[in-house]
Amino acid sequence: MSQTNNNLLRIEDLVLHFGTTRGSVQAVDKVNFGLNANQAVVVLGESGCGKSSLAKAILRLLPRNVVSYSGRIYLDGNDVMKLNDEDFRQNIRWASISMVPQAAMNSLNPVIRVGDQVAEPAIIHLGVSKQDAVSLVKKMFQHVGVPEDFINRYPFELSGGMRQRVAIAMALVTSPNLIILDEPTSALDVLTQASIFNVLKRLKGELGISFILITHDIATSSELADGVAVMYAGQIVEISDAHRFFAEPLHPYSRMLMASVPRLRANVEPEFITGQPPSLLNPPKGCRFADRCPKRFDKCSEEPPTANVDGIQVKCWLYTS
Amino acid sequence: MIDKQRDVLLSIDDLHVWFELRRFGFGHAGYVKAVDGVTFDLHYGETIAIVGESGCGKSSLMKTILGLNKPTKGSITFDGSLDVGKLEGERLRQYRAKIGYVQQDPFGALAPFMNVQRILEEPLVINGVKDPAERERRVRKVMEEVKLTPVDDFMHKFPHMLSGGQQQRVVIARAIILEPKLVVADEPVSMLDASVRVEILKLLRGLQEKYQLAVIYITHDLSTVRYFSERVFVMYAGNVVEKAPVNSLVQNPKHPYTLALMDATSDPDANNALTYRELPPGEPPSLVKPPSGCRFHPRCPRRIENLCEVEEPYDLQADDHLVACWLYK
Repeated sequence: MSQTNNNLLRIEDLVLHFGTTRGSVQAVDKVNFGLNANQAVVVLGESGCGKSSLAKAILRLLPRNVVSYSGRIYLDGNDVMKLNDEDFRQNIRWASISMVPQAAMNSLNPVIRVGDQVAEPAIIHLGVSKQDAVSLVKKMFQHVGVPEDFINRYPFELSGGMRQRVAIAMALVTSPNLIILDEPTSALDVLTQASIFNVLKRLKGELGISFILITHDIATSSELADGVAVMYAGQIVEISDAHRFFAEPLHPYSRMLMASVPRLRANVEPEFITGQPPSLLNPPKGCRFADRCPKRFDKCSEEPPTANVDGIQVKCWLYTS
Repeated sequence: MIDKQRDVLLSIDDLHVWFELRRFGFGHAGYVKAVDGVTFDLHYGETIAIVGESGCGKSSLMKTILGLNKPTKGSITFDGSLDVGKLEGERLRQYRAKIGYVQQDPFGALAPFMNVQRILEEPLVINGVKDPAERERRVRKVMEEVKLTPVDDFMHKFPHMLSGGQQQRVVIARAIILEPKLVVADEPVSMLDASVRVEILKLLRGLQEKYQLAVIYITHDLSTVRYFSERVFVMYAGNVVEKAPVNSLVQNPKHPYTLALMDATSDPDANNALTYRELPPGEPPSLVKPPSGCRFHPRCPRRIENLCEVEEPYDLQADDHLVACWLYK
């Protein structure tokens, strides 16, 4: 996998800061990453590290208290940050990039039949008639493994796994190139989790869809990942490919995250990371992980550059020669 | 303490917990058989894990142990003599003081208008510790135990000012402040961040070892059980289908359902993305009309025709496992 040729999506210096009464929260701070067509990149990180804000920044789903939103987002080579809000809504959001929100199974409208909810983006974005939309929805349900006759059901009549599939169908119905999944399986049982990942793998393999998967669950993220981006305190600290990352990550934070995963098939005692991530209101100067890092040394009081180690990008002084 | 470990703390015998369904408020419309014939013993200082998917009856079982549901049939005996199902009023309250309960969602389990000190004092107030100085001493001690330190920083904070991991520590502190013999932990880490999970599980295990607590750890995540429990019970559709020591279960699962659970659990490995996972078809059955015979038979890849759908399997010995499956007859 080439790190430089991100031909589907390329994000450069993306910044998203929120204003609060106590100052600005640097939720996304100069983030650079991207992905190729038909690729799945996992964004890993603890809660509060800015990974959901990153998804919202890509889709421009911004709350009112944004004080700083800048950078460049190239989709198929075009900088979509230059579009005005109306063009962005018509041509990008849901048309090219759609999203399965966190707790998607509870984001369905309880009083509208699921078929109508899935049809809505198609009617709005593709301008299809209601009759065509029904057959389109049936096709989408087939892709995600929901029985066709469920289109007339209400969300409460479906199990959690089925609702999650419906939410994926809704993201899929406008045939976007890229789907952002925000914690798609965190509220589900193991068997349901595995079956949802089977669906995602099939969508990637058969329809060539790309995914950005946002999660804190390293073990299940490996079910889909081609590439991995590790986020810490609003910044990306490592970008790697899946095979090298899951075998041996480079950044000290990534290593500790990996060591914290309880394993079923290996008898290794998991270790936890002591301390807490820094507040994003006033993040420490220099390396933001320095306080919790076992390999900290003098240089860490300055902000580390992003080093390139055989194609893996690591934001850590240990890897600068 | 050591010889006491052999003694049975909690004995559950053929427990059934059924909830009646009513039509228009009064007509009988069947039962939800949430727990249907569960038998096991829990010893002093022992940790067990109950593993199963949502809707398999593990929460109903737990609530019956806590005295929140009444058994429909069968019995729960605590400490040799106390019949939990028959307790009422004052005696039920006294029984509850002997059991700690760690809820799944820490934020939902903590009253938002109480600070940490009030939350932790509450069980003491209810159970008649009248001296405020004594209460504060015990609150401070328990906060040290769960490492909510420095104590003075946390005492006056409200739940929303704490991180998820800290909230769960408060919940654990509240569960152990009355020095119970048994702690029931219902998915204590499923709402927490992956990096905090291990920390909370290690805290619970440390407390368990220090105070010789018996712990019932309820979870759907098999990958955490081997770090936490001695025995594992796998539940499916209201029945316990496999009981085994933890290492033996993880290395050599017997019941086809346990196998399916293990196959669906991922370890971090980039090769996972290259293949589809083999999963049993369908979803867990309705507990109103569970399938005849073995409840897993409609989804089971190793079903024996004319046997599994007819006769209900009972616990069969297979090595050191008890498996409710005809394959081990």
